[in-house]
Amino acid sequence: MPTHTFQLNGEQVSVDVEDDVRLLWVIRDLLKVTGPKYGCGINVCKACTSHINGKAFNPCSVQVKDIRPTDEVTTIEGLADTVKADLHPMQQAWIDNDVAQCGYCQPGQIMAAVAKVKQCRAEGREVDDDAIEELRNICRCGTYNRIREAIKAGAQDM
Amino acid sequence: MPSHRATTTRERPRAERPAKHGVLHTDLSRRRFLGYVVAGTTLVAAAELGREAIFDATPSASALAVPSAPQTPEVYDLLDVLRDSARPTANLIRIKVNRDNTVSFALPRSDNGQGIITSTQMIIAEEMGLDPDQVLVTLADARPELVFNQLTGGSSTTFTTFTPIRVAAALAQGRLLDAAAAEMRQDKDVLTSRQGLITGPNGASLPFGELTTKAAAPVTQAVEVALKDQEKFTIIGKPRTKSDALAMVTGKKKFTTDLQIPGALPTVLCRAPDLNGYPRAVANLDQVRTMPGITDVVKVGGGVAVRGNTFGQCIAAVDALQVTWANGTVHGKDDDAVLKELRAAELPLAAPKLPGSLEGEFVFYFRSNSSLETNCAIADVRGNRATIWGPSKSPIAAQAEIAKKLGIPQNAVTFHVQEGGGSFGRKLFFDAAEEAALVSQAMGKPVKLMWTRADDSRQGRTHPMATCRIRANVTADAVTSFEIRHTSVATEVNPGLSEAISAAANKAPLGNLTVSESIFETTQVTPYNFGASTRFLNEVDMGFNTSSMRNIYSPDVATARELMVDQIAAKLGKDPYEFRSEFAKQARWKAVLDRVAQEAGWGKSMADGTAQGIGMHVEYKGAAACVVELDCRPETVNRKIRQARTGPRVTKVTYVVDVGLVINPRGLEAQMMGGINDALAMTLTSSLHLDDGHFVEASWDNYFYTRQWNTPPEMNIVIMDSTAPEPGGAGEFGIAATCGAIACAYARATGKVPTYFPLDHKDPLPFEPYPTVPPIPPSPTDGLQTTF
Ligand code: FES
Ligand code: FES
Repeated sequence: MPTHTFQLNGEQVSVDVEDDVRLLWVIRDLLKVTGPKYGCGINVCKACTSHINGKAFNPCSVQVKDIRPTDEVTTIEGLADTVKADLHPMQQAWIDNDVAQCGYCQPGQIMAAVAKVKQCRAEGREVDDDAIEELRNICRCGTYNRIREAIKAGAQDM
Repeated sequence: MPSHRATTTRERPRAERPAKHGVLHTDLSRRRFLGYVVAGTTLVAAAELGREAIFDATPSASALAVPSAPQTPEVYDLLDVLRDSARPTANLIRIKVNRDNTVSFALPRSDNGQGIITSTQMIIAEEMGLDPDQVLVTLADARPELVFNQLTGGSSTTFTTFTPIRVAAALAQGRLLDAAAAEMRQDKDVLTSRQGLITGPNGASLPFGELTTKAAAPVTQAVEVALKDQEKFTIIGKPRTKSDALAMVTGKKKFTTDLQIPGALPTVLCRAPDLNGYPRAVANLDQVRTMPGITDVVKVGGGVAVRGNTFGQCIAAVDALQVTWANGTVHGKDDDAVLKELRAAELPLAAPKLPGSLEGEFVFYFRSNSSLETNCAIADVRGNRATIWGPSKSPIAAQAEIAKKLGIPQNAVTFHVQEGGGSFGRKLFFDAAEEAALVSQAMGKPVKLMWTRADDSRQGRTHPMATCRIRANVTADAVTSFEIRHTSVATEVNPGLSEAISAAANKAPLGNLTVSESIFETTQVTPYNFGASTRFLNEVDMGFNTSSMRNIYSPDVATARELMVDQIAAKLGKDPYEFRSEFAKQARWKAVLDRVAQEAGWGKSMADGTAQGIGMHVEYKGAAACVVELDCRPETVNRKIRQARTGPRVTKVTYVVDVGLVINPRGLEAQMMGGINDALAMTLTSSLHLDDGHFVEASWDNYFYTRQWNTPPEMNIVIMDSTAPEPGGAGEFGIAATCGAIACAYARATGKVPTYFPLDHKDPLPFEPYPTVPPIPPSPTDGLQTTF
């Protein structure tokens, strides 16, 4: 069985698993890092959203063999460390706005929000309703309006 | 697009409120309750779940309208049924005072995101003078002795647990003060208690944890207690962030599939192409057993179970299975066939059709009840014992049912209730727990069983398809009759709930109704003075998997009713809001209407192709009114978003709600917000299409629940300060009035009264359906191309 090595939340990890297993299951089932959630497995619900080299991606739709040893994968568990703080400003904004209801979608929402803000900044765009409406993450508890407020607040502190 | 606003406005303080009106008059503060001190070495205070309430539902009829007799829900609604069913079998709920200055309480309810853990912490902290963080609330394992008292349904939690929890907390506080008084040699009345520190007049203080041994009782005894005066509340009614907010945003909150139970490997079922089909034979069992990562493959009742090292490998194995399937329960049927059966089952209307009658028939298609966390459970069944971990709103029923299926005694089944990732009614059922138990028994190994999204969408529970016919007879200035005939694919009611309701049905002023008829009768009220008002339900059992979905009948009935109310208003030449306000049966209901009209700027001028719409709904001892602004202009309706439904857009929602005493306004606002976004989905974009015996939709790119691009950019939620001394139900309350308002806005904006919902149900499908064999759409491999 092939061995796959990559960086996960700042640490180098190695797993023995078949090439075609999607990264989400490698992270959740084998490495037991359970922040990224399963909601569809086909890159449409965005509950598994994490970062690869600082950009948002969906590990349910990436084969583990496509990850290189130097790739840095960050899940919600590692987000705060990327800013060397106990909480990332986006997480704080989420708490301040009491966004999460059941919480199942929220790791993905927060990871997507952070990447969206960075993307807007890089492209010189406002983090406004139009930018937020590009996010596809589902929240079946339906508190989208609080998500909007939290993204705008979190963006200010990023 | 206007900038977003979502605010909670609270009503002016109680003291300035006019005289109270409506339901639930009773001054709790002056009544005394019975609590228990339970024998032990540290203090355990307890109370019985199940308690009194007095109702006063005199309708305040307005002069012009023809008053309708009170309908059942006005005097006795589902909340009362659930509470009264709890009474005879009620047992004690206990608050334990710990030595480390905390108190513990195991809540016999299920929290799936609705925030009842937080509100329970607040209730206990309020009564005991603690900080809510000092109150540790966990979800209780299945406790068979509680019978109906461990059921989370019908938005009943806070309503049924509020007073018993307060009684136990007040008792604990009283005992601690007694112990402190003895210890400090002071009179109890001069002691103050703050954040668990009991302080005497000389400034000396004792933490309550140190008093728990002294306050304990050697034998269990009953004690009379009085509750804290509501005017003195400092925690209840103040917004509080959910206690698990930090855990949720850091990924630390554990859902069932996040648990690491030794040996419980990922397990997935291969399911039939037909709804509820089952396997006859499997051609390649042995071959699939040798696939990478796979440990076990067995044929069980509803499918073929595959266990392996990762869910991904289980899915690949499931898709490789070659199975011969038996037909399902709706083999060959489609939407039209179901509709035909429903129409044939409709009960006749009583009032004759007159030349002036207004009549409408509305169709509501199937909607998926899938939460974002799919059905899941962990089971370890070995020998004659079973241990289950999973979300459940009815763990006792689950425990009994699983024991029966496994052929072991009920007390050999331990059910650990986990916090769920959303429920909306679905977790009243325990499909995954039952399945996991059977699979674990068949394999002789622990399993972590999860439904895939396609399973959840195609084989999971649905909000049933229904028709709603309404006939109103209208004279020059009044409505003389208003009749509703709701005909629905049968809604399954889970064993726990159905026992509770049938048991209570005989005691309630309900007559001899079936379970579903009881729920319909106890939840639906026509809140207007419309003369003779009849509401009948007929259900047809057609072999679908159904459940309530943030409410059973209300969203659909409210949509139909409010559309007809607009038509009646038009016929009488009246404005939709003014007509409702004039004909509202109770002053408390009129108050929410008047407030919403004022907040929303009702009647302001709107561009062509856009309109306001108004709706009202009364349920769960509360009242709500909603005004939406809907944009139906072609440039909005036809905007293109990949793999999405766009269509008419709700641009603003104003929602006014009176749900009785509010424990946590911030939590309540979130519940309303979620309900409003559900209402958008129910009315505009989300439905399942039945085709050839199965549902077409397999995932979120087929089933269009509200997304950021649908959600209203402006939302204003106003929580009325209620004169009611107790909390009503809230979990499901945001939806029905909003559905009505959206439907009415659509009719006003387009000039066309819609006759089916959601509005886009008959539009061409904006996707290519996934095949049913293999059953699970394979995961893409191009995820690195869609980074941002
Ligand atoms: S699970 Fe990855 S996008 Fe849905
Ligand atoms: S908080 Fe429950 S799905 Fe978003």
